[in-house]
Amino acid sequence: MSTIYFTEDHEWIAVEDGVGTVGITSFAQSQLGDVVFVEVPEVGITLDKGGEAAVVESVKAASEVYSPVSGDVVESNESLPDAPGTVNEDPQGEGWFFKVKLTDPSELDDLMDLVAYDAFVAEHS
Amino acid sequence: MRYLPHSEADRAEMLKIIGVGAVDDLYRDVPRAAYNTEAFGDLPNQMGEMEVDRRLNAMAARNITAGSVPSFLGAGAYRHHVPAAVDYLIQRGEFLTSYTPYQPEISQGTLQYLFEFQTQVALLTGMDVANASMYDGATACAEAACMATRVTRRKSVILSGGLHPHYKAVTETLMRTLGLEYETLGPDPLGIEDLSGRIDKTTACVIVQNPDFFGRPRDLTALAATCHEAGALLVVAVAEPVSLGLMASPGEMGADIVVAEGHALGSGTSFGGPGVGLFATRDKYLRQMPGRLCGETVDEDGKRGYVLTLSTREQHIRREKATSNICTNSGLIALAFTIHMTMLGEEGFTRLARVNHANAVLLADKLAAVPGVTVVNRTFFNEFSLKLSKPAAEVVEALAAKGILGGVPVSRFLPTYEELADLLLVTATETNTEAQMDAFAAALKEVLS
Amino acid sequence: MTETFTGNKGLRLEEPLIFEMDTPGSTGVDVADPATDEIRLGDLERKSAIGLPGLSEPQVIRHYTRLSQKNYSIDAGFYPLGSCTMKYNPRLNERMARLPGFSDIHPFQPVSTVQGALELIDTLADWLKKLTGMPAVAMSPAAGAHGELCGMLSIRAALEARGDKRPVVLVPESAHGTNPATAAACGYKVEAIPGDARGRVDTKAFKERLGPDVAAVMLTNPNTCGLFETDIIDLSKAIHDAGAFFYMDGANYNAIVGRVRIADLGADAMHINLHKTFSTPHGGGGPGAGPTVLSEALAPFAPLPYVVHDDRGYRLVETELDAKAEGTEPFGRLKGFHGQFGVFVRALSYIMSMGADGLRQASGDAVLNANYLLETLKDTLTPSFEGPCMHEALFDDRFLKDTGVSTLDFAKAMIDEGYHPMTMYFPLVVHGALLMEPTETESKETLDAYVATLKDLARRARENGAEAFKAAPQFTPRRRLDETQAARKPVLRWRPEEPVQEAAE
Repeated sequence: MSTIYFTEDHEWIAVEDGVGTVGITSFAQSQLGDVVFVEVPEVGITLDKGGEAAVVESVKAASEVYSPVSGDVVESNESLPDAPGTVNEDPQGEGWFFKVKLTDPSELDDLMDLVAYDAFVAEHS
Repeated sequence: MRYLPHSEADRAEMLKIIGVGAVDDLYRDVPRAAYNTEAFGDLPNQMGEMEVDRRLNAMAARNITAGSVPSFLGAGAYRHHVPAAVDYLIQRGEFLTSYTPYQPEISQGTLQYLFEFQTQVALLTGMDVANASMYDGATACAEAACMATRVTRRKSVILSGGLHPHYKAVTETLMRTLGLEYETLGPDPLGIEDLSGRIDKTTACVIVQNPDFFGRPRDLTALAATCHEAGALLVVAVAEPVSLGLMASPGEMGADIVVAEGHALGSGTSFGGPGVGLFATRDKYLRQMPGRLCGETVDEDGKRGYVLTLSTREQHIRREKATSNICTNSGLIALAFTIHMTMLGEEGFTRLARVNHANAVLLADKLAAVPGVTVVNRTFFNEFSLKLSKPAAEVVEALAAKGILGGVPVSRFLPTYEELADLLLVTATETNTEAQMDAFAAALKEVLS
Repeated sequence: MTETFTGNKGLRLEEPLIFEMDTPGSTGVDVADPATDEIRLGDLERKSAIGLPGLSEPQVIRHYTRLSQKNYSIDAGFYPLGSCTMKYNPRLNERMARLPGFSDIHPFQPVSTVQGALELIDTLADWLKKLTGMPAVAMSPAAGAHGELCGMLSIRAALEARGDKRPVVLVPESAHGTNPATAAACGYKVEAIPGDARGRVDTKAFKERLGPDVAAVMLTNPNTCGLFETDIIDLSKAIHDAGAFFYMDGANYNAIVGRVRIADLGADAMHINLHKTFSTPHGGGGPGAGPTVLSEALAPFAPLPYVVHDDRGYRLVETELDAKAEGTEPFGRLKGFHGQFGVFVRALSYIMSMGADGLRQASGDAVLNANYLLETLKDTLTPSFEGPCMHEALFDDRFLKDTGVSTLDFAKAMIDEGYHPMTMYFPLVVHGALLMEPTETESKETLDAYVATLKDLARRARENGAEAFKAAPQFTPRRRLDETQAARKPVLRWRPEEPVQEAAE
């Protein structure tokens, strides 16, 4: 069973066996509106916590997706660039961006759990 | 003042409604030390149309117009006949006085011609997609270099010695601005430089002009292959768009980005500005392309329509992460270009290119017969370089004194290269008659004797 | 009857693409036979057709006339587009730009044959210098953003020349997107400084952040909220005390021309949008021009080319060698040829027509008109800040609260009423911004009719709900367009239809 964490930049990361699956939250996609373009990272590259990992663009806004943790990209959602609408339809499921093998699981301690994230969103919207 | 509708009574009434005594009171947030309506005393006051007309006509009269004398100037700006319909159409207020088409429901006219323009540019250059235009050919060239560094994630750009010196200088300026590297080859009037040998794993792109600055058409097929093997892009700059009517397109030769100056079609030379930069590339590099783009879509009733699209690449949304800081295109000059191209069509455009080439062949033969003249490049489109027995800058002045605008001396751009002092760039277009060419040859003979 | 056989609706005419009107072999330009068939291209002749459609002249005229009729324009109606300055474009300027002595001259004619052209550039430059009180102006930038680049590169060159490499540029949060884009393009780290509750920059925050690592401050004044920065002189002094430069974005210079000299505000550089302040036409998105005035400290670094004048007449400084002889150190070149010459002619024609007194009257009337809108709309819409404003009035979307109508919907309903919408959602510092710039060339009658329309729309939003607004515009050549489809599956050019494949047995 995986555990889900959230960032203040509205990414989520679901961690299972030392590998985290990363995407943007339902709140983030609703703020962006219709997503029209997605760029996912290449498998094999190394990401830093908080570093730029992917790109998501809607008609009106463009945004970087930052990696919630440090680690190597082990898989990217290759179907996403051809079907960017998936990010709107299923942001916390089929609309995941990439999977990263964590180098330092203690970095997760800085992130929010669902309750804390919901409170964070309520406060900032 | 004829452009200001208010009467004094209007102003008084509006001030009363606002609740202030005078317009000056509306400027009360301006620090008094800086508010000074009397500081402009030595500048003249308003003038009527006749007076402005008289003064500007006097200024214009101090110029010798290219149309009034035999003129053979090129070097990146080419004089072509622009049909009367073009200038009539671009002066329609709905084109001339509209804003950037951010409200697509009331801008379909602008958007549709941009879509047609993009298609024409893609067809002419042999590329997949084109943007809605840039400031001019030189800035488009610089933007292409930047784009290549984004696409390849490499930092180094190679500039051919056959590139127009202005394109070169503008590109170098932007490269320095962005902290990127460039290697510029020396002037190459003989077309013998080795670009392929300089490409390595750090090369983002090679930028070549075709025909080059000295007029020579280049086969870029092998260079394109070398670029691609090394993971670099080939950028081709076209200074004379009419050449595309007779020559193999840069796309056919393997170019990845094509930039061009388009104002030769649709607009006069107008002392070099405003221009219109054409910019085209391959589909796969679309996301890294700078500039505005117009795309097809449908409206709520399902009818075909057009919108500005992929605008998240632009500065007003991406701010410090934009693909370019450029905010405008060159809408009206792009309109003139696209109307002129539509007027010409396939038949007119290819024929125009053949006439330009034929006139250049004729002129080259007439000038080659003048003692003291050597035609440097045996192949050319409508421009070629001459080697003269006297410094070209002096020859040009002497020709001007005889009422002939007889080409552009290379030393005007490259004054530090003594070996280029006797090189003259000469162009013939459809606007040159055989009588003008004979007059040119005769005058040149006198000047060189 | 709502539908017609043709799809046309009276004067609203449907028009295909030129590629769908192709008559192969047809042309609108009769070109003579070539003088010779000899080809000297090496082996580089085009071997395939280009694919351009053939149309005759009358077809071309009709096509573009019909397209033009699908556009809104300043000639046809009120265009209160904040920050864009859509004012009347005098036709005299067009006539002047078309004088053969200006339109039919080549950039590389011997300078002895273009003395009038150089005089024109020099005369316009002189006006710009005297109006701003600045000692120098770089004429070549092609537009506002290009002028920003020119100013920031001059600043960078001046800092480098004194061996002082500073990494940071400060920009207020309310800045136009080009400011941070330009600073970042010049290699600077951009830091945003928040505004205060009065819609101005937070001078205290700026001063606290100033230090030896700050290269420059970029500030629009009047600012993007349409307000004059009251602390500007204090701020520019603090900038200079910290050894930094002050770039003033001149996008809104039209509010103060003839009344305030930029030099008196302490600016080191400012671009002037000739297509805004000096009324050269916007042309559906360019060409503009962005001459950039420079202080004494920055002048030596101005880009090539520039015009000089001495007893031998006018000359062009075009190369580094020329510049060396003049004792300047240009940071480079920004544009091919000599700048937006055709735009210069129009701007000078406008400036001469207006004169110093007319320009002063124009800025005054622009500010008067904006304040008139602010005053007459303040009880219907919700002004974001207290007046007086400068040349534009800023409202936010509080007046639409609980109506279900967004700023965008409200704007689209304005289109049905025959108006071009104001600028929306900019500046970003207020919610659902509506930024209105009436300009000085609109009459009181136009403003009164506009105010009455907005009041009625606001009433309808409150009383009738959102549905009609969501469906607007109804009476335009096209209704709201699907931007998501355009971006997800980009179709950026016409392509011939693929031949229908025969089904394989």
